[in-house]
Amino acid sequence: MDYFIELLFSGLSRGAIYALIALGYTMVYGIIGLINFAHGEIYMIGAFTSFIIATILTILGFPGLAIILLAGLAAVIWSASYGYTIEKVAYKPLRHAPRLSALISAIGMSMFLQNYVLLAQTSDFLPFPQLIPDFDFMEPIAHIVGSSDMVILVTTTVVMICLTILIKYTKIGKAMRATSQDRTMAMLVGINVNRIISITFIIGSSLAAIGGMLVASHIGQINFYIGFIAGIKAFTAAVLGGIGSIPGAVLGSVVLGLTESFATGYVSSDYEDVFAFSLLVLILIFKPSGLLGKADTQKV
Amino acid sequence: MFTFEELKRSFLVSIWFVFLTFPIMVIRVDSIEKTVQWRWMNMVYVAIGSFILSFVFRYMMQRKEMKSEDNGDGDKKDKTGRSFIHRWLADPKYRNAILGSLLAAAIIFPHVFSTYQTSIMTTALMYVVLGLGLNIVVGLAGLLDLGYVAFYAVGAYTYALLYHFFGVGFWVALPIGGLLAALFGILLGIPVLRLRGDYLAIVTLGFGEIIRLVMENWGAFSQGPSGVSNIPRPSFFGIDMSLDTALVYTYYLMILLVIFTIFFVNRLQDSRLGRAWIALREDEIACQAMGIDKMKTKLVAFSLGAFWAGIVGVIFAAKTTFISPRSFTFIESAIILSIVVLGGMGSIIGVIFGALILILLPEYLRALSEYRMLAFGAILVCMMVFRPQGIIGSIRRTYTYQNRKKADGEVS
Amino acid sequence: MLVIFLVWKKLIKLITEEFMKLNLSKKLIAAAAGLMLVAAAPVAGFAQDTIKLGVVGPHSGDLASYGLPSVNAAKILAEQINAAGGINGKKIELLVEDTVCDAKTATDVATKLISDGAQIVLGGICSGSTKAALPIYKDSGILVMSPSATNPALTQSGDYDNFFRTIAPDDAQAQLDVDFALDKLGYTKIAVVHDKGDYGKGFAEFAKKFLEESGKAEVVLFEGVTPGAVDYSAIVQKIKKSGAEAVMFGGYHPEASKIVTMMKKKRLKADFISDDGVKDNTFIKVAGKFAESAYASGPTDTSSNPLNKAAVAAHKAEYNADPGAFYENAYSAVLAMANAVKVAGSTDLDALKKALQSEKVDTPVGTISFDERGDAIGVGFSVYQVQDGVFVELK
Repeated sequence: MDYFIELLFSGLSRGAIYALIALGYTMVYGIIGLINFAHGEIYMIGAFTSFIIATILTILGFPGLAIILLAGLAAVIWSASYGYTIEKVAYKPLRHAPRLSALISAIGMSMFLQNYVLLAQTSDFLPFPQLIPDFDFMEPIAHIVGSSDMVILVTTTVVMICLTILIKYTKIGKAMRATSQDRTMAMLVGINVNRIISITFIIGSSLAAIGGMLVASHIGQINFYIGFIAGIKAFTAAVLGGIGSIPGAVLGSVVLGLTESFATGYVSSDYEDVFAFSLLVLILIFKPSGLLGKADTQKV
Repeated sequence: MFTFEELKRSFLVSIWFVFLTFPIMVIRVDSIEKTVQWRWMNMVYVAIGSFILSFVFRYMMQRKEMKSEDNGDGDKKDKTGRSFIHRWLADPKYRNAILGSLLAAAIIFPHVFSTYQTSIMTTALMYVVLGLGLNIVVGLAGLLDLGYVAFYAVGAYTYALLYHFFGVGFWVALPIGGLLAALFGILLGIPVLRLRGDYLAIVTLGFGEIIRLVMENWGAFSQGPSGVSNIPRPSFFGIDMSLDTALVYTYYLMILLVIFTIFFVNRLQDSRLGRAWIALREDEIACQAMGIDKMKTKLVAFSLGAFWAGIVGVIFAAKTTFISPRSFTFIESAIILSIVVLGGMGSIIGVIFGALILILLPEYLRALSEYRMLAFGAILVCMMVFRPQGIIGSIRRTYTYQNRKKADGEVS
Repeated sequence: MLVIFLVWKKLIKLITEEFMKLNLSKKLIAAAAGLMLVAAAPVAGFAQDTIKLGVVGPHSGDLASYGLPSVNAAKILAEQINAAGGINGKKIELLVEDTVCDAKTATDVATKLISDGAQIVLGGICSGSTKAALPIYKDSGILVMSPSATNPALTQSGDYDNFFRTIAPDDAQAQLDVDFALDKLGYTKIAVVHDKGDYGKGFAEFAKKFLEESGKAEVVLFEGVTPGAVDYSAIVQKIKKSGAEAVMFGGYHPEASKIVTMMKKKRLKADFISDDGVKDNTFIKVAGKFAESAYASGPTDTSSNPLNKAAVAAHKAEYNADPGAFYENAYSAVLAMANAVKVAGSTDLDALKKALQSEKVDTPVGTISFDERGDAIGVGFSVYQVQDGVFVELK
């Protein structure tokens, strides 16, 4: 039973990480119908930015808490900027083009960003400082849930609650919902669609940035390639849960995280990824809109 | 020269980019040695570069707006709306001359250049065929397949494992590899029949990864990550050839394959099947309404595309004599997709050019090889934004009505 | 041949006919195109009076720290030897090529080096890519000596009679680590983990084999982890459940540091034993305090050897830094090859092989010779432990 609980929390931890990134994917898809392949790279840039800022602050001798907050803030600011810029450069001109063009542009952007960071920084694995200290009160259960696991879970829950409040109860949220339902109509009722789309990208990127910093601190190293793998997994999670649906993204992430964790724990770690992808393929075959997605009826 | 407004905007853009790239481009830290390196020159480059590029970007966007107002295509056109390459090819005089000199060049190539150059050209030709194969799926039928590399892997592993376990030779394995890949194409096609657009892309991506991961982990069958080595090269009636000769022989094989593929795809485009694919790409529902069997059309598209990938896979295994799952990642699929997109979806000549450019250029510019993937990404984005039809767009078969004066003077 | 000739004649006739039919401007274009092709042909290399030493390995990318020190070794030695008059009067010319430890790139690089006229090759660094390229070198009769490719099949299968190395093979490493875990540490339950890569899985499989053969311990787990995964806590939990007292890991330092970090975080009290892919200072740098007390095997420490000291000093003088992984092995390899060329008087493969197998050469890794399979006699592995942030050899 103990083992089961350990694997459960492992899976939840993983799921929370995927969720932070998956939310970005799902929001962008909901609003402009584009799978933002470059989103994983934004997560990676968030990790790198927080690494750089955290190191500088450590050298300057700031206290631990300040470092976390400031590094996190820096990651959010810069990732959001990247998200905003990417949208303006690579996606906005293609808003009326066929979906395939935008998708390919996204793939190209992803490759570009990966190599940009590789060339501008380094191909090495960089050690990421442990920003979240080991809390003493966690010690008895540290072998199941570590301090950073807990912080990740708590952060993700808080983020999800905030996001849901934003979408359901604020004006901007209403505008976002309207834009995702029918863009032309939203324009007609006076919503500044460009601004809403940019805001969506900014929010999605900020979430990914926070995720990047937390995961980097949890695992202890970063590398220009982490965005790719995390991106594919998170993207799988978003599609699994029903792309375009925010609760779906979180549900999909949790399901994916638990699947991987239990597959490793009870079957074999070798086929961990195969399980994940097979799950995706199966769900898409039998319920193409994902777990919580709405079946998309095509109008002729 | 430039208005003040434009200068101001570009200046602001340049400041924005300096801010944006500041941490990544300017700062480099070493958390062990606790040092920080400030690279201010990079900031200057970014500032100047983004300033200039914003002008270029704005100019290209304006051109795009204007173009889309008249005819939506960027080539110089003649009356029938075909760009100049197509005009050249349509005219038999030019066509024979060009094709003839190309053929001659292709034949004497290995004798003029070194074996290494021949080897590179062979690789480029392999990508040409891969591009043409994917072109069938993505360009003609409009089915975005992000897992194309899976079929390539199936072909390569078929030959490698058949040789490893049963000692099967190249020529026997070649058709088997192709057919097995085609079978996998059908297997992939069946479940994804109902999916559209993005979902199709995702499932094919997943499929590609699954194949690679299975090859990597099922060690007993596929030898796992160590791959399969000592795969024999293609033989010529059992004659033993030295390395050089074998490479040249492989090169000629590829030339033949390319010619065959071009011929085949060209005829296919004009056939009923080809037209069904184009209809499928344009509007699936209308296509169904016209009575075209969507299921069969899609399945044939997948399996034909996969067949070519399988054939090239076998040749790849024979050429490099060693394969491992690491050669068959998503990046490969992305590169082949880039070739098709760059060249122009649905356009045979475009795909050929795209493959030659994307594969040969990095080889010849080895000094800049670090920037290769960066350039790939940038090219994809730029092509899609500014020239989505590719370098050489495909021509639509159009019927032009000739103005004829009827007997009673009416113009029809 | 005759058929080809006849077809060729017909083609020429066809082309010239078409050419004549064109008007002037088209002729000019076609002629220009033809000339460009011919003119672009590279100038034939005239016979060089140098000995071309190819240096291949990962010089960029995440494994560059394993490949660049060998390049430095080759450069330093080439300078020294050339300054002293070269080998039998011929100077050494280095042909350095980057393989990024990728099999396909390695085969392309091999073809390139052969057409550039390389006569002996130092490298590759990674077993997988070396294995891929060896048949190409073998076909052209080129001697290949690696400072770091430890896959046993490279010498033991007998398939590659042109391959030598100045490092002990993986099975020796695995045996050493297994003996250490069983005898020195006295463990009976060991979990074997690998990174699913060629090198890592190979080491892990040997470790499993030796553990099972010894009968003294039980392999409670044998699994691979996906490099680059987001989280490794699941596999760590699985290791914990299996009750393993030690984890033997096959792979490189990026995965090793992640696993060791996660083990400590999940309070897993097992020991961590790994291979020479992990015995690298980058492992300690990246894992930080979590690397403490981890074990790794690596080439025996020969830093007290005077030749070794001189080699390290030369590196410090030239590059202002300590040499990195496999530097001594590469240095020794170049010395051995240079000596063989001198003794054999040529770069003919058979002559070189005889020289290598009969001559003893003083090198930074000891006085070595080679056996008939290509393994070095006189080099071995030792077990190291991270103590206070440095690798310390355990005698």
